[in-house]
Amino acid sequence: MSTLLSNARLIDPEAGTEIVGSVKIENGVIAEILTQDLDKIVKTFPAGKVIDCQGMCLAPGIVDIGVKVSEPGERHKESFKSAGAAAAAGGVTTIVTRPDTLNAIDTPEVLEFVTRRAAQDALVNVAHMSALTRGRQGREMVEVGFMKDAGAVAFTDCDHIITDNKIVGRCYTYARSLNALVIGHPQDPALSKGAAVTSGKFASLRGLPAVSPMAERMALDRDMTLVEMTGVKYHADQITTARALPALERAKANGLDVTAGVSIHHLTLNEFDLGDYRTFFKVKPPLRSEDDRIAMVEAVASGLIDVISSMHTPQDEESKRLPFEEAASGAVALETLLPAAMRLYHAGMLSLPQLFAAMALNPARRLGLASGRLAKGAPADLVLFDPDAPFVLDRFKLKSKSKNTPFDGQRMQGKVLKTFVAGTQVYGD
Amino acid sequence: MTFRHKHLLGIEPLHPTEITTLLDLADSYVDLSRGAAKHSNALAGLTQINMFFENSTRTQASFEIAGKRLGADVMNMAMQASSIKKGETLIDTALTLNAMHPDLLVVRHPHSGAVDLLAQKVNCAVLNAGDGQHEHPTQALLDALTIRRAKGRLHRLNIAICGDIAHSRVARSNLILLGKMENRVRLIGPPTLMPAGISELGVEVYDDMEEGLKDVDVVMMLRLQKERMDGGFIPSEREYYHRYGLDAAKLAHAKEDAIVMHPGPMNRGVEIDGTLADDINRSVIQDQVEMGVAVRMAAMDLLARNLRSSDAARDGANA
Repeated sequence: MSTLLSNARLIDPEAGTEIVGSVKIENGVIAEILTQDLDKIVKTFPAGKVIDCQGMCLAPGIVDIGVKVSEPGERHKESFKSAGAAAAAGGVTTIVTRPDTLNAIDTPEVLEFVTRRAAQDALVNVAHMSALTRGRQGREMVEVGFMKDAGAVAFTDCDHIITDNKIVGRCYTYARSLNALVIGHPQDPALSKGAAVTSGKFASLRGLPAVSPMAERMALDRDMTLVEMTGVKYHADQITTARALPALERAKANGLDVTAGVSIHHLTLNEFDLGDYRTFFKVKPPLRSEDDRIAMVEAVASGLIDVISSMHTPQDEESKRLPFEEAASGAVALETLLPAAMRLYHAGMLSLPQLFAAMALNPARRLGLASGRLAKGAPADLVLFDPDAPFVLDRFKLKSKSKNTPFDGQRMQGKVLKTFVAGTQVYGD
Repeated sequence: MTFRHKHLLGIEPLHPTEITTLLDLADSYVDLSRGAAKHSNALAGLTQINMFFENSTRTQASFEIAGKRLGADVMNMAMQASSIKKGETLIDTALTLNAMHPDLLVVRHPHSGAVDLLAQKVNCAVLNAGDGQHEHPTQALLDALTIRRAKGRLHRLNIAICGDIAHSRVARSNLILLGKMENRVRLIGPPTLMPAGISELGVEVYDDMEEGLKDVDVVMMLRLQKERMDGGFIPSEREYYHRYGLDAAKLAHAKEDAIVMHPGPMNRGVEIDGTLADDINRSVIQDQVEMGVAVRMAAMDLLARNLRSSDAARDGANA
C-alpha cells in the first residue's frame, strides 16, 4: 500500500535544500520524491491515500542518541511506552537508549530484555547502546562481541568516566577489532566531582560548587590521545565549551574517526537560566556561559559538532525537589527538542537542513542506520511540523512520565503535526 | 658437529643448521624412548639440577625423565619453597649452586631475562625452561619436531599461532624458530592480547580467527594465561571461546589436513573444543608431549658434549 504526502516543504539534510514537493511512501520506505507536476500526481493517486501537508515542513525523523529510558529499574520515571509516546510527539523516530539504567545494560541477557520491552511498547524505533564496562564500574569490559551481535549500536559508560587509562586503552583496542563505536563523556572526573554549575562569577555569587570549563577540554585531550593510540571509532556525547573545540578540530584534521554531539540545552540555555536555583536547569555537564553557547551553535553550523541530541533524562519530582547541590541532574527533552531547535532557526543561526543534518542524518550515519535521509529507498521515518506555530509549554502536558523540563512555562515556536515511523503514522491528527 | 653454544637460552641465537642438528638427534631419541630399554649413558656422571621458580608439571617432569634416560644424576629444586623465600637474590642462589659443581642447570623463572642473568654467573650449561614472557626454547623445538614428523618438512608451511600471544613465551620462541626455518607465520588473537609492534617481525597479524586460519597447515593454540592477566584483556571466557576458541567450524577454514597443536595445559572450552583436542586425526597434542622428552634429551646431550670438549677452558666462565 502506498501513501502520498503532498505539497510539503521538503527538508533534505543530505542535499542541504528546502523545496516544495511530495513524498511517496510504499511498504514503509520512501518510494519516490516528487517535485514537479504536483497537481497531476495528486489527481492520479488513488483517493484517500493522499495527505495534504499544506506547505508545512517535512523532514526525516529525528534520531536521538543518548535517551534515557528508565527500564530496567526505574519504570516510574520513564518506560518504553511513555518514552515512545513522547518521542512520537516530538518528531523523534529513533530513540538510541543509554545504558545507565539500574542495573546497567551490560550483558546480552539484559540487552535482550530491553530489546523485547521496546519492541512490545515503544511507538518509535529503538536502538540500544551497551555499557562499555561491567556495571559501568570501569574495571572489566563488557562482552563487546556478544553485545554487538545482540544489537548494541554503541558502547558507553555514560557519565561514569574510566580513570584507568590502561583499561580504557584495552576497551578501545578490543572495540576497534569489532569495529564498534564507543561514546565518551569528556569530563575530568576529579575536577567535576560534586560540581553543580560552571565556575565563574555567576557560580561564585550563587555559592554553588563549580567545575572549570577546562575539565571538558582536559578529558577530551585524553580521549583523543587514546583514540589515536587505538584507532577506535569515537563519539563525544556532549561538547559544551569553546575551549574544547580546538582539540576536536585537531583530531578530525588528523584523520581520527571522531565525531561529537551537543545537547539541545547547551545550545539554547546558559548559566544565567539557573536564576534562583531552579533545579530543572541542572544538567550534566552544567549549563555554560553565553559565549560558550554561541560557540557551540557556530560549531554545529560549521559541522565541527556533528550531532544534536536531547540527552533526555527523566527524573521524578522527589529527585528534583531538593537544594540545587543535592538535586539530580538531567532534563526530559524528547518532546521539546524540535521546538527548542526552532529557536536557533528563528534566530537565523542554523537553517532547517543544518538542524536536521545534526538531528537526523549525522546520528543515523554514525550509528550505521539507514534512516535520517529524505531520499528514495530510505525508511519512511518522517516528521511533519509547523516551524512557526507558537505555544506556551505546560510541563504537565508532556507525555513523558517525568516532567522535569527547563522549558516549563516558556514561549516556544514549532509544533510537530504528524510523525511517521516506517510509513505508519504514530502521532498527529 | 654444528651446535656451538654453551647454553640453550633461547631460539634467537641458534642457526637453522643447529636447529636441524638438534631435531635430527631428537629423532633418534624418540626411537630410544619407544624401545624397551629406555636408557643411554650420554650424560653418565653428570649432575643435572632442575630449578623451577615458577610452577610446572609437564616441563619439569619432561626434563627429569630426559636426564634420567641419559644417565644423569637429576635433582629437582622446588624454588618456591626455598631460600628465595628467605630473601636470597637470584645471583647468590646461582653462586651457591655453582659451588656444588652441577653440569646442567635447567631453569624456569617468572621474569624475562632472569635465566640469561643466571647463566652469566655459573660455570655449567644452562637450559632455559621458560623465562617470563621471553622465550621457551625447548617448547619451540618440540613443536618443530612434532610438525616435521607430521608434515614431513619444516619449511614453507603456513602456521597460525592463536590466542594469548602477549603473555606467551611459547609464541615468541615459536615465531622466531618457524621464521628461521622459512615458514609463513600468522598470529591470531584479540588485539588486546597482541604485543605492540609484533607485525614488524615478519608475521601476519589477524584479529579474525576464520580469516587468519584460511589455508593454514598447522594451528597452534595457546593457553589463555589467566594467572598473568591483571584484568581487562578480554570481556569473558565465553566471548573468547566464541571468537577465538578452536572448534570444528573454525578449523574448517584451515587446510583439510591441518594439524592442531597445544602446548598444554589446556583450558577445554576456553581456547579449544574438548572433542577437537581429543581427535586423533587432527590433534597432535599427545605427540608434542612425547617429542618434548626427546628434544630435551637431544638438547642436554649436545650441551654436555660441548661442555666436555671445553673442559680445559672451564675457568672462562663468561661464555
